[in-house]
Amino acid sequence: MPAPDSSSKIPVTVLTGYLGAGKTTLLNRILSEPHGKKFAVIVNEFGEIGIDNDLVVNADEEVFEMNNGCICCTVRGDLVRIIDGLMRRKGKFDAIIVETTGLADPAPVAQTFFMDEAVGAKTKLDAVVTVADAKWLADRLKDAPEAKNQIAFADVILINKTDLVTAEELGELEARIRGLNPYARLHRTQRAKIDINEVLGRNAFDLDRILDIEPSFLDSDDHHHDHDHDHHHDHDHEDGPHHHHHHGNGLKHYHDEEMQSVSIKTDKPLNPDKFFPWVQDLVAKDGPSILRCKGILWFKDDPERFVFQGVHMILDGDHQRSWRADEKRDSRIVFIGRNLPEDRIRQGFESCIA
Amino acid sequence: MSDTPAPIPSLADRARRVNAGAPVVGVHFLGKTAVFVLGEEDLLFVAEAERRVHVHAGAVLASASDGTRIITGGDDGEVGETGVDGEHRVIATDDKKRWIDNVALGPDGAIAWSSGKTAHVRTKKGELRTFEAASTVAGLCFLPKGFRLAIAHYNGATLWFPNAAGAQPERLEWKGSHLGVTVSPDGKFLITSMQEPTLHGWRLVDAKHMRMSGYSARVRSLSWSADGEFLATSGSEQLILWPFDGKDGPMGRQPTILARAESRVVVVACHPRQPVVAAGYADGAVRLVRVEDDALILAREGDGQPVSALGWNETGQALAFGTESGDAGVLAL
Repeated sequence: MPAPDSSSKIPVTVLTGYLGAGKTTLLNRILSEPHGKKFAVIVNEFGEIGIDNDLVVNADEEVFEMNNGCICCTVRGDLVRIIDGLMRRKGKFDAIIVETTGLADPAPVAQTFFMDEAVGAKTKLDAVVTVADAKWLADRLKDAPEAKNQIAFADVILINKTDLVTAEELGELEARIRGLNPYARLHRTQRAKIDINEVLGRNAFDLDRILDIEPSFLDSDDHHHDHDHDHHHDHDHEDGPHHHHHHGNGLKHYHDEEMQSVSIKTDKPLNPDKFFPWVQDLVAKDGPSILRCKGILWFKDDPERFVFQGVHMILDGDHQRSWRADEKRDSRIVFIGRNLPEDRIRQGFESCIA
Repeated sequence: MSDTPAPIPSLADRARRVNAGAPVVGVHFLGKTAVFVLGEEDLLFVAEAERRVHVHAGAVLASASDGTRIITGGDDGEVGETGVDGEHRVIATDDKKRWIDNVALGPDGAIAWSSGKTAHVRTKKGELRTFEAASTVAGLCFLPKGFRLAIAHYNGATLWFPNAAGAQPERLEWKGSHLGVTVSPDGKFLITSMQEPTLHGWRLVDAKHMRMSGYSARVRSLSWSADGEFLATSGSEQLILWPFDGKDGPMGRQPTILARAESRVVVVACHPRQPVVAAGYADGAVRLVRVEDDALILAREGDGQPVSALGWNETGQALAFGTESGDAGVLAL
């Protein structure tokens, strides 16, 4: 059976964010921009603000465990059903936006697109976009595990309501966010005003789009801010582990006690016969703690670079393209998660060097 | 393994071609008229002439038929009934215009539907009953005697007596998400299809469990043979038939495996009289499979358009099929 190529699949953007951060404002902004696109919008039942769109579906946010003995293998049962129904109206919309409740965990939403074959055949997850309240996020990171999850899981983060905080508070908050998730694209917004191309069409789960794994830095497009964020001194240690805290951007460094990222890099080739069993065993055992992972790999005697990405225990990987002649070959992987066994991950990865 | 199948006899070019113009999501016969349920808005009646009947202001999410009428549920929150004359009437409208996800017809004429966690029944006398499930209702089916409604949901299924106000619904527990439900024609076994590529079953007399697994995909189509001796299922690159001819059903027994193909079976429909199953594949092929000896007849050539609906007329002399892309047909046998 010819598999539908990914370009014919309907992209799905997931909007998360703690209560009151501005998700619905962002959603209405996306819908009202003159982009000529039509959206199907899946909102939670308790949304209090009206959504101005033709096709709005109320969801119950039912998180169902898969019956495979793995507690982190969950799907959103309502999404399985709603997407099946929406696909009967294929042609009436170009993309789907799922707005979650403020307390939702993004993982079951994301996993639905990998675990349910019917959903995955017709739609593809584009990105998880998290809206954060500049004034209150720091407090929520202390008292609301959901808020921390949403930040750690995100591909794109909008720090919204920046007009309510000082430049120092904003810098502090960004450092806290970076401590949880150094890889998401960060944007500062007021009233969720943003170019929608920064939010939609990100292909964050598309293996073809895994270009690089470097901490992402603030774009200096839409700010009025005088911190010097632009420099990025990458402190690579030859042959050694690459520490994930990056220096030189003038920000303080926060290490969250519970949620971290572990980034590892090596410029020696890996042995695929060691790497695959190791990474599969790692996610099988530590999958519940690993929120997201991503990697670009150089296997010995392999002319192509291999990429993978994952959510909890689900891994998706493939050869991406040939290494270019002028390209430095190396392997980089990153795990974001809770209480990650960092030393064990580093040792395991290093044992995969060919 | 790609053992090249020998060419099988084909009736494909004898089928009457129908251009439905929209994805076909179901097909039923009302007498001699094949009625295609389209993904959006309409039913397409195909007799000598073709005629469209508007039934929903949006997607048609579910349909059921008893051969005299078709019940449909839509994303407009309406439950509708359409007769052989093409007259459509609205039976119920959800008060919040929620999607009608499932519909079912009982042998005595009762109609069931669900929206979200609520299952509704309109009894043959016209009384309305409702049942609140603990999670979204994912499948509905009446038991053969029509007194009880089987409801599939998260972590199991429930048997509900809509007519007995005080009767406690019976819960059948099994961990996981149950997405569809069917009951054997003799009323002895209840089978659910799960989120995982597996079926779960209960023998109703003692709630004894049975698991039917080995599929490569979620099982989305189930059909009982005319004599009730086997359950035909989709979800694999072959037609899987589970035996239900003894008191233990498929417990401890192997399924019959027929019509092996490169492509996956996505829809099944048992012939109403003979031990023959129509199997629709993801590559567009429709094969008629004789259970006794795995003899095959091609009813539709594989052309890459996944089959999405199959239905026999009452006598089994006509088979209607539809695809996701709207290419449909009726084959007279």
